[in-house]
Amino acid sequence: MSTQSRAGGLDIARLRSEFPALHQSVHGKPLVYLDNAATTHKPRSVIDATVRFYEQDNANVHRGLHALSARATQAYEMARDKVRGFINAADASECIFTSGVTDSLNLAAYTLGAGLKRGDRIVLSHMEHHSNIVPWQIVAGRVGAEVVPLPVTDRGELDLARAGEVIDERTKVVSCVFVSNTLGTINDVHRVCTLARAAGAVSVIDAAQAAAHLSIDVRAIGCDFLALTGHKMYGPTGIGVLYGRRALLDRLPPFRGGGEMIDQCTFAGTTFAPPPARFEAGTPNIAGAIGLGVAIDFLASQDRATWAEHEHELLVRATGALERVDGLRVVGRATHKIATVSFVLEWAHPYDVAPILDHAGVAVRTGHHCTQPLMDRLGLKATIRASMAAYNTAEEVDTLVAALHKARRMLAG
Amino acid sequence: MPAHAIPSIEEIIETFELLGDWDERFSYVLDLGRKLPEFPESERTEARRVHGCQSNVWLDLGVERHGGPRVRLRAVSDAHIVNGLIAILISAYDGKTPEQVLAFDIRGLLSTLDLESHLSGTRRNGLQAMVERIRAEASAAQSHEAGG
Repeated sequence: MSTQSRAGGLDIARLRSEFPALHQSVHGKPLVYLDNAATTHKPRSVIDATVRFYEQDNANVHRGLHALSARATQAYEMARDKVRGFINAADASECIFTSGVTDSLNLAAYTLGAGLKRGDRIVLSHMEHHSNIVPWQIVAGRVGAEVVPLPVTDRGELDLARAGEVIDERTKVVSCVFVSNTLGTINDVHRVCTLARAAGAVSVIDAAQAAAHLSIDVRAIGCDFLALTGHKMYGPTGIGVLYGRRALLDRLPPFRGGGEMIDQCTFAGTTFAPPPARFEAGTPNIAGAIGLGVAIDFLASQDRATWAEHEHELLVRATGALERVDGLRVVGRATHKIATVSFVLEWAHPYDVAPILDHAGVAVRTGHHCTQPLMDRLGLKATIRASMAAYNTAEEVDTLVAALHKARRMLAG
Repeated sequence: MPAHAIPSIEEIIETFELLGDWDERFSYVLDLGRKLPEFPESERTEARRVHGCQSNVWLDLGVERHGGPRVRLRAVSDAHIVNGLIAILISAYDGKTPEQVLAFDIRGLLSTLDLESHLSGTRRNGLQAMVERIRAEASAAQSHEAGG
């Protein structure tokens, strides 16, 4: 393996040495992990921080007055402040801890849904993950609102020229992904939020796929809400964030009832705590939040510009080499992409290829990627998706391509 | 035109034992899939579709009654490897009595053939759903015989 990326000073061997799970064999071959859009691996510092919490500090937060509880509370709130810094929110109280993006989007849909009425419109891009469609459909069904898709072009980009056809005076919510999990498209979310604001609608951005690859600044984007998940940005599973502008959060009703989210509770009635506690009923994922904070520290300690250059090199190399495989078509030709490449093969179903890649040590995702409306839009049932992260190498991309050539020999015969 | 006959389940097991590495066995299952009898597009109706998360299967299932009940099936998938697995199911189940179908340890067989992962991922390829339908058909045929 080359230790230096062509992208300036990125020492890949050193970066990879921080990720224990990358160093293993699968079916007797070195693991080539290209399923980072599903989840990224975790650096040693995140793993250690999670273990250390249980070994040394384990206590519930915001409750006890004893030393361990104080330490846990301090670490948990410090993690919240790291999230604030990571997305440049104005105040830490705007960052609600959730269990992940699905939870964040359900929270947003449920609480915003309380203010919707019959005839209102919710506009979602045609490339949304099911987790940003189904919660809105549930809410819309309850109040009689309608869910309308914002069109996507054949290249897999938002068709913002046609946004005016769907975002109108009835529109109360506009939501879209920052980066498509299926195609890797980077959307112009600033423009989407501007269009939403002009229509008097609230904007909600799903940044699940963006956080590991792009810098996120909620104030520059101009979004009202933004959802993050820890496990796709080198952090633990089971922890996520919903950012909401404080002025909006103050007006929203609670999502789930329970401990820690109340102001006063009597059988005559309950008054609720201010954000973020109002939206964090029950004991939160304390270790997860602390681990996410450490993942943010990890990202902050890296040269992200060099990472971005390296990832772009991987994208260009993968796209070029894949296109030279007979009968392979890359799906999603957006101008701005992260290093995720989806493709289909005219000689095989993705399901045929996945086991051959697996036995070559290569981990990719196959299927509809929980974006069936996008698949329908593109006239596809399933794709194979290779999603790269900063720790992937050019040689790993070559291993994927070699395995595909082998699959073709086995399947096209 | 009849395809090359699908080998008997005993022959399939024997061949598997002779094959060396994973690549060879995978290629053999692909070859078995190429022996499936034709299943024209026009017959791939929604009613025959077995839903899987990743690949689709169309299954035509019935019971032949003259001379004692026999389970009959033909099927096809849009994935080559699933066609190979279907060939194994046809070899195991087609033309067998309901008792033979119900007694057959398909999980054990696929485990012997190192193909069990295709059955355990129930959401993935519709294979599990297909096995359940075949067994339900055999079970119904059995109670039909007992009742009538």
